[in-house]
Amino acid sequence: MDQDFSNISVYATSGNCLSPAGSNVSENLVAIDKGNLAIEKHSNSDLSESPFYGAIISETVIEKEFSKLNYEGPFSKLEKMILIVLNGIVTKYSHVFSKRCGIIFSTTKGNIDALDNAEIENYYLHNTASKISKAMDIKTQPIVLSNACVSGIMAVSVAKRLIQTDKYDHIVVVGADLFSKFVFSGFQSFQAVSPKPCKPYSKNRDGITLGEAAAAMFVTKDKSLLTSNSYKITGESSINDANHISGPSRTGEGLFQSVQKAIKEAGVKPKDIDMISSHGTATNYNDEMEAQAFSRADLAQTPLFSLKGFFGHTLGAAGLLETVISLASADENKIPPSFGFDEMGVTLPLNISAQTQSKSIHTVLKTASGFGGSNTAVIFQKFNTNE
Amino acid sequence: MNNGIHHYCRISNGQVILDDKVLFTNEEKNFDGFIKSVYKHFEIDYPKFYKMDPLCKLSIVIASILLDNSEGAIEDDMALLLSNKSSCIDVDLKHQSTIEDKDDYYPSPANFVYTLPNIALGEISIKYKLRSENSFFIFEDFNPEFMVDYANSLIHLNKASSVLCAWVEVNKDNYNAFVYKVSPNGKTEHSKEHLKTLIE
Repeated sequence: MDQDFSNISVYATSGNCLSPAGSNVSENLVAIDKGNLAIEKHSNSDLSESPFYGAIISETVIEKEFSKLNYEGPFSKLEKMILIVLNGIVTKYSHVFSKRCGIIFSTTKGNIDALDNAEIENYYLHNTASKISKAMDIKTQPIVLSNACVSGIMAVSVAKRLIQTDKYDHIVVVGADLFSKFVFSGFQSFQAVSPKPCKPYSKNRDGITLGEAAAAMFVTKDKSLLTSNSYKITGESSINDANHISGPSRTGEGLFQSVQKAIKEAGVKPKDIDMISSHGTATNYNDEMEAQAFSRADLAQTPLFSLKGFFGHTLGAAGLLETVISLASADENKIPPSFGFDEMGVTLPLNISAQTQSKSIHTVLKTASGFGGSNTAVIFQKFNTNE
Repeated sequence: MNNGIHHYCRISNGQVILDDKVLFTNEEKNFDGFIKSVYKHFEIDYPKFYKMDPLCKLSIVIASILLDNSEGAIEDDMALLLSNKSSCIDVDLKHQSTIEDKDDYYPSPANFVYTLPNIALGEISIKYKLRSENSFFIFEDFNPEFMVDYANSLIHLNKASSVLCAWVEVNKDNYNAFVYKVSPNGKTEHSKEHLKTLIE
């Protein structure tokens, strides 16, 4: 009794995000258009002795947005960010929050600031997930995915798989991470933090800029729940490099294989991909590894951008945040600019989108890579309402 | 198409159990001392072990015992599906202790690289040269229902031909690990009810 699960179509819709540049998708898109970076110079002795660049959401904005909602706390900063970003999905889809609707919370470090305050119970990610899911009145046990910097985009592929194999009809996917002293000090100890806003793929790149954000999407097989701005998740794969725990493979093997498998499952050719929303952290090794992988995958000509120069590296949230923004840009048939890019700084050709470009966009490839050798590639294709 | 469990291994309460057989016992209460004794007893030759955080030590040891005692070759595309409750809390607290005091501030890359639970997946992937699907999930307790559903979906969607599934929990000196391999060739029932009886 072999059932072909791969015939079941799964869609992503109703993306939302919260960053220092805006409290919803349209505010973030306007900021991108104007070039008002989420990254700013900060002086905060709780986070660092000297001033630094980072993307940090002000408490005032969070309190203002959170006060519009009707939740009884207490909630941490991260939990408030999550509930803010999920509010649209709760309003629109709470009528389908049944035993067939799951939730995946993706994060790298969750409430890691709990360790500063010795609030150990808040450290546990299942506690965070269960608080959120109770507040939203989700009926199923929350799933937490913690897979370093691919978490957010990997959560979309996990949701697709669980829906295709008929465990759920819908899954709420949310990703969130904080700018913390914990992570900042770690990257500083690696000497991997840029003294300026990061410059992915540039010859002048000199490390990452950290950021914080929350992002969310609703993943479903039910076409009647879709609006015109929805995307079919047509291919996805997450292949480990099996090479090094803190450095990417020099040949980009894991990313290359992930992209190839995603393309194969989607049944498209490399030339069918209209744009790539890449990982692009602006470390020497990561960006060079991506150039190797995209070149091997025959994608050197495809317009590509990293949003890290705008949002900073928002860790586990990054993949989902960048997906939400990329798909919203695709709705407007626009390729966003790769902020911070000037002179080409990788050894193989890539078609970096330095400025906003208008182009009819149907198919989007999102990739991410992270510590532990992890890589994820997902292909999204515009949903045709006549389908 | 039904999937089955091949072998399983448990490390808990000072014992290492492979398919119902107790292979090793050590009453040592200290986790680091205990896991080192297991590593040595099973002659797991992987010197990086000594640099690892407790979660990676537990994960690499239990995965090695299961895989090295299984017949046949390991599939190149065997997926890794790991889960626990406490993420990598011990190394997180260690890194935290190096940044709390401004006058005694010494964060180290050697600790920081291990402050992600999925590093354990990276270590197993490197040791067994597995360029395959892998993911790390967090639940309050071992979640047999999710593990069965997700392992099945990996196989049914042709993402992997087998899946190494595990609960790898360590928090100070409290540890509990359970690993098993699932594939269409596995002979033992792969169901949440059966998994519950194996981990009890």
